[in-house]
Amino acid sequence: MASTIDPHRRVSIPPGMIPGGIDRKLGAVSEMGLEMPVREIKPAPDRFRNSLGKYRIYRSEACRKCGTCVVTCSRGVHVRPEGYVDFIHGLDWRCTAELCKANGTYCVDKCPHGALRIEQTAIYKSLGDYRWTADLILSTWHMAETGDVPDGELNYRTGASGGGFDRIEFVFPKTPCCPPCEGGQQGVTDPSEINTSIPLNRRGDNRPQVTIDIPVYGGGMSFGSVSPVTILSKARAAMAWNTFSCTGEGGYIERLFPYKDYVITQVATGLFGVREETIQMARIVEFKYAQGAKPGLGGHLLGDKNTPAVAAMREAVVGTSLFSPFPFHSVYSIEDHKKHVDWIKHVNPSALVSAKVSTPIDVDMVAVGSYYAGAHIVHLDGGYGGTGAAPDIAKKNIAMPIEYAIPKVARFLSDEGIRDHVTLIVSGGIRTAYDMAKSIALGADGVVIGTPEMVALGCVRCGRCESGKGCARGIATTDAEMVTKMTIEWGTQRLINMLAAWREQLVDILSRFGMRDVKELRGRTDLLRHLDYERRPGG
Amino acid sequence: MPAKYHIHTKPAPPRRKPIGKYGIIDWLEDCSACHNCVKRECAYSVYDDERDRLRETVEYVDYIYECRGCLCCVQSCPKGLLSWDVNPEYEKMGDDVWTPDIISTTWYQAETGSIPVTGAGYPGPFRGPGFDSILTDMSEIVRPTRDGIHGREYISTSVDIGRKPMRLEFDSDGGLITRCPPIVEIPIPILFNASGRGRPGERIPSFVLEAARELGTLAITAQRELVTHPAALPYLTADDQPVRTARMAEWPDSPAVTQRIARAKSSNPDLVGIVKLPLGPNAAARVLELTRAGIDAVHLYADWHGYAGAAKQHISLGIRDVHQALVGAGIRDEVTIIASGGISLAEHVVKTLLCGADAVCIEVPLMIALECRLCMNCRSGLVCPADIDQVDEGYAVQRMVNLMGAWHSQLLEMMGAMGIREARRLRGEVGRAMFFDDLERDCFGPVFGKRVIPPGMIPGGMGEVG
Repeated sequence: MASTIDPHRRVSIPPGMIPGGIDRKLGAVSEMGLEMPVREIKPAPDRFRNSLGKYRIYRSEACRKCGTCVVTCSRGVHVRPEGYVDFIHGLDWRCTAELCKANGTYCVDKCPHGALRIEQTAIYKSLGDYRWTADLILSTWHMAETGDVPDGELNYRTGASGGGFDRIEFVFPKTPCCPPCEGGQQGVTDPSEINTSIPLNRRGDNRPQVTIDIPVYGGGMSFGSVSPVTILSKARAAMAWNTFSCTGEGGYIERLFPYKDYVITQVATGLFGVREETIQMARIVEFKYAQGAKPGLGGHLLGDKNTPAVAAMREAVVGTSLFSPFPFHSVYSIEDHKKHVDWIKHVNPSALVSAKVSTPIDVDMVAVGSYYAGAHIVHLDGGYGGTGAAPDIAKKNIAMPIEYAIPKVARFLSDEGIRDHVTLIVSGGIRTAYDMAKSIALGADGVVIGTPEMVALGCVRCGRCESGKGCARGIATTDAEMVTKMTIEWGTQRLINMLAAWREQLVDILSRFGMRDVKELRGRTDLLRHLDYERRPGG
Repeated sequence: MPAKYHIHTKPAPPRRKPIGKYGIIDWLEDCSACHNCVKRECAYSVYDDERDRLRETVEYVDYIYECRGCLCCVQSCPKGLLSWDVNPEYEKMGDDVWTPDIISTTWYQAETGSIPVTGAGYPGPFRGPGFDSILTDMSEIVRPTRDGIHGREYISTSVDIGRKPMRLEFDSDGGLITRCPPIVEIPIPILFNASGRGRPGERIPSFVLEAARELGTLAITAQRELVTHPAALPYLTADDQPVRTARMAEWPDSPAVTQRIARAKSSNPDLVGIVKLPLGPNAAARVLELTRAGIDAVHLYADWHGYAGAAKQHISLGIRDVHQALVGAGIRDEVTIIASGGISLAEHVVKTLLCGADAVCIEVPLMIALECRLCMNCRSGLVCPADIDQVDEGYAVQRMVNLMGAWHSQLLEMMGAMGIREARRLRGEVGRAMFFDDLERDCFGPVFGKRVIPPGMIPGGMGEVG
């Protein structure tokens, strides 16, 4: 896949998009000329000239321009334009030196003049953090660019946090090709037969069924916290995959109306931008009680980001800091919560209701209570996740990681006898397709992602989402100049590609277990093991 | 209701550029000096110093302090001449407990007085040792909570130091017979320690006292000339020292300590007497003994990394043991526990209180606020790279006040999430704490069986697994 990518790395900008199409007042890029998104992988190379990678290649003066390196490299790292003698700056980030050494295709060894040298880049050593390692960032970029998992040496499955998902792994049958396998598995299933869709309405009430084609949808990011380009890219990718994106708290921007069947709207504690007409338009309405980024703290949009367009949407004064309190001041019990749910159900008789809660110690009680109050979806948002700006002290310390909450809640719902009547969606630290699959095996129905989408759009996790004009890379910003750093078409394609790669990995996992449906994986903790634990008896 | 406690912060820029985490490496060689150089596009204007001289011979420009790591310039330079790295000087600061990130965030808080805020989720390890093996809880829907943290409902961070009578007795006319012991109320559960040794500059302790006075708290001092300061909490190692003006005083533990405190109280009946003793295996028994002997408060200390005793027990566990011993004996309210050692962040204050302390005492964070980078040069008689002994009073006090302002705001955030409106109620409230060991057992135990590899996350050990 990688080798089919156009080496012209700069994103071509469709006519009419930039800069002529910018409405300076609204800080928005026109959608003129946008086509409806389709579920199709197309190359979406990095929007920056130099993509980041693990290696850097140095070519010394000993080079005799013989071209052996061009022939040797299967990834097109060495670039010599047609008809030219000299090499130009290569596509170093595609290099997989260790893999090539093992395969005997290492250009450094093949060079007859000893002119090449490959070193790990300083950036690779410094990029990322415990949860999102350089490998995860680079492999997510690879997926967003190509729609395929990286076949090089990047670890695209786990980070280096030393706990939770990073210490849990699947125990695949040893010889998946010869049924019946270890543990009574059926053997490999044909990937094309595998169903990855999940229903979101399991209550059996009279409301419509909503099915999403992949067990993942996009998290709420408000207008104001991220740019309209980001919001629209998310919604369009969700449309392509027949899943959902979410408005977040900042209101439902008009430009999202064409994608309304794939957009969840949020009713959050500040009630910013909550309108009857947008609630009536939504197929799913989400109550945000708390969020994993800042459990127990509510939201805070800094004054700098409260531009005229944002203020109009939120019906607030331009430039003021907007606080979303915690909690809902009308909800101090499950009975109050039920009144809330009834209100939304009354306003929109065909909407499903989701309750997004964080993960306190009694998260299991909260989940059961939410179900009895009438929610179709219980959405747990764990403490380590979140995309937006939040106090460091809250991100690190308040509420439990999602890895603990999933088995705890799933077990409690089962004990209550209601596990099959509610959809359990989890988020807050889901970074990879493997995290998604592990969440499902731990007992969730599906996941919500936020940070992986941001990374796919080019986030390097510098964490400066809140400062001044907002994101320097043009993702989480409302600054009129910054938002032009990205186009909607490019963003849409990056997300479509990433979700394609995620689905491919999920299908691969299911097929190796001989499953035909992602619903079979739910709660199969017997297929998992924790590297720090004694293997479970019988496991 | 008392007047709202408010800490007056105002920006106090550092005297020299703080050591930044990231740096840009500019190879310069082969630079084409493009007229639209990527450096002009920097969202943080890091290159402004250089901007007007792009076409001149460029001198050395220090980028290492301002870079925010967005990598836009690195990824956009047509020749790929820019690279980016973590500053080795940054990584060398501090140690495994006082990490570079802690030092850096303390500098930020001392400069701005604001809560550090970043985006993109939590970047750290899943769990860590000591305080990092504790999470705090939040109240949500099904549990009582408080109402708003943004000014609508007052959250008090005051705590009392002194013994509380277990009951009140009245005479037949309803008059109070019980003689209530003296109590000192401080508006934040944080005392300062200005008595440290080996620090450069004799003036620093007086600045710490001045900051304590502005904040309404007290600072422990061993210097005789400072004990008359209104915020002084004298530390008395000799018998004859005067404590007539002090509200509280502290003595090192010794067999005769109760008599010495009694003598001091005879001349100053409103004095709250504190006994300072180390945490460790014998701490709980000794605290029970002292409490029964009528001591007002104890100051339990661990080393400056937060560990105590030969077994290197963490302060959080040590305090829990002492607290539980007192609760078991039914005399917890008769004594106040002040804890110190290894408390480097606002969250550590909350967690220490949740483990059973009434208040904490800090010293090192105050020095970091004055731009100390824990290089330890002063310990070996070398020159202080931050010139701490050269600071002027206004700056020093404001930096410490700012730091406490930021800590105070963070206490409110955590208490707000927990649904607790009184710092007094944090004491021993483990119901609003979550311990990783318990979570592992309760959530993962039924799924994965028995844990065989103990959690061994070493801070700084990126990728440590197992």
